[in-house]
Amino acid sequence: MQNFDSSNVSAFKDVWVFCEQREGKLMPTDFELISEGRKLADELGVKLVGLLLGDNVEGLAKELGGYGADKVIVADDPRLGVYTTDAYTKVICDIIAEEKPEIFLIGATNIGRDLGPRCAARLHTGLCADCTHLDVDVANYQDFLRNNSVLAEERITKTDSAKVLGKPHDVAKDLKMTRPAFGGNLMATIICPRFRPSMATVRPGVLKKGAYDETKANAVEVVKAGFELTDADLQTEVVEVVKAAKKLVDLVGAEYVVSVGRGISSDVEGGIKIAEELAEVLGGVVGGSRAAIDSGWLSADHQVGQTGKTVHPKIYVALGISGAIQHKAGMQESECIIAVNKNAAAPIFEIADYGINGDLFKVGPMLIEAIKAAKAAK
Amino acid sequence: MKIIVCVKQVPDTSGKVAVKPDGTLDRASMQTITNPDDLNAVEAALKLKDETGCEVIVVTMGPPPAEGMLRELLARGADRAVLISAREFGGSDTYATSQIIAAAIDHMGLENDDIVFCGRQAIDGDTAQVGPQIAEKLGLPQVTYAQDIKKDGDSLTIQRALEDGYMTIKVKTPCLITCIKELNEPRYMSVGGIYEAYEKPMEVYDYNLLKDNPLIDVNNIGLAGSPTNILISFTPPQKGAGQMLEGADQATCDKLAGILAEKHII
Repeated sequence: MQNFDSSNVSAFKDVWVFCEQREGKLMPTDFELISEGRKLADELGVKLVGLLLGDNVEGLAKELGGYGADKVIVADDPRLGVYTTDAYTKVICDIIAEEKPEIFLIGATNIGRDLGPRCAARLHTGLCADCTHLDVDVANYQDFLRNNSVLAEERITKTDSAKVLGKPHDVAKDLKMTRPAFGGNLMATIICPRFRPSMATVRPGVLKKGAYDETKANAVEVVKAGFELTDADLQTEVVEVVKAAKKLVDLVGAEYVVSVGRGISSDVEGGIKIAEELAEVLGGVVGGSRAAIDSGWLSADHQVGQTGKTVHPKIYVALGISGAIQHKAGMQESECIIAVNKNAAAPIFEIADYGINGDLFKVGPMLIEAIKAAKAAK
Repeated sequence: MKIIVCVKQVPDTSGKVAVKPDGTLDRASMQTITNPDDLNAVEAALKLKDETGCEVIVVTMGPPPAEGMLRELLARGADRAVLISAREFGGSDTYATSQIIAAAIDHMGLENDDIVFCGRQAIDGDTAQVGPQIAEKLGLPQVTYAQDIKKDGDSLTIQRALEDGYMTIKVKTPCLITCIKELNEPRYMSVGGIYEAYEKPMEVYDYNLLKDNPLIDVNNIGLAGSPTNILISFTPPQKGAGQMLEGADQATCDKLAGILAEKHII
């Protein structure tokens, strides 16, 4: 890292993606990020490079090529088999200091969000957390704003320039990183104009994975990284990695989610049973609000919301959920929201596509029957 | 041995959010609370204090009213509080913020058996970046997403939550740990604690105190020193207020199921 200068912006080139593996398997976010990285690299007219760390993982490179990587840099070492902050940060920062990518994307997994900030601090550059949208091209970005904000056109057209240290700065080459703040009530687009690489962690499950291309997979360039890593670099020791005993609910990937909230308190078992039956009829899974998790009615993996999971199913059914902003943050991107609540003034009705003002214990079973009948009639 | 807990005062997002006509957040009309994950960090520190009798220092960076939050944490059982506050620190992003807090911790003096605790992330920005970045600036090992902590001498054994399980990690002090809500159940203030809170020391660290600390480069703090800039912030379009269905009986449900079938989403 000696002589590395993150402020020499013009010395940086190419788009890089950190390709996370666990137990020698690539993570779903890797493909989402490679597909998105391809778009950004094309907008900049540069290469897309995957950075893969692990123990004997070279064989994974080809698949990354199939989703769009021109090149995969592989750092292989027994000390990189299982993630540790120290080993990964050192190897990644040393390689970045040498190769100087202009953009570096990381999946916002529990590991990515440990790694990203540590790397950004060491490299002296900016990092934007948990992004849901990325652009380089200004016209594309402004179209995104037209479709996803209530900004006036005159403000949108001014986003080609930013005031940086009191002077106008052309953002044409900057990565425009958009993310929700305040539980999704505000969105902000962040740039990192004076330093490189521009770094972002990206929320899993939001960006779409592209098509796999066997020709590109066979054409990918695989490069072994040179790096120095010794046991003395590691300040922590991973004793074991434990998988959850029971199968955890896959909320992020679910097409149908039926969630329960405080409204089931009068009959918790009965309320959960209704949610389970409705989820089964729809072919989905059960989720819960923070109240339902904090009360111990459902385990933490069921939590939808700002401090839980962000879901975007075809249908989201909220049973007895009032709709606090921290809950909305996790489900407002659902294609269709159905809310059942006894309180006609519940904020959940402000974002619901269809609202039923009634008792979930009565409406729930009727809704199950109605959906069964509608499906049978198809 | 001492434990330093980094905390933040945030607007409460469990209620209704208030947005001003220009699309920015109306912070003044929202209640402020101690960031929820930070309360788990404070509790983790107080548990170790119960076991070892160590000193617990709560530290925050923010405007002067954050003192109220620090007093509450003193009432829960912390021994000292530090408020880092200066106009020059305003507008800092996570990189700049972590530099300032790291300098403040360095000013307190970090010894071999000390621990720094943070919450995983604050609910206003949700970045989860400041903890790891403080660790980097201080050169400390970090363990994030701690859901269980056991201390044995200078060694900590920590369960670090993953999406589908956990890792067990061993780390020696001094180190930085970020805490999640699964870690513990925060205690309440006690009556005695509230009484004592006003007797306990509250220090203010200002710009002049920290500006010459070796961990701070005054060109890299505040709005001007932050690597990231906000290009624009905006409110997403409100989803067109949906349809309240009439009634709450079988006919209502049949009608809804019919609409869903027609739209081919069931």
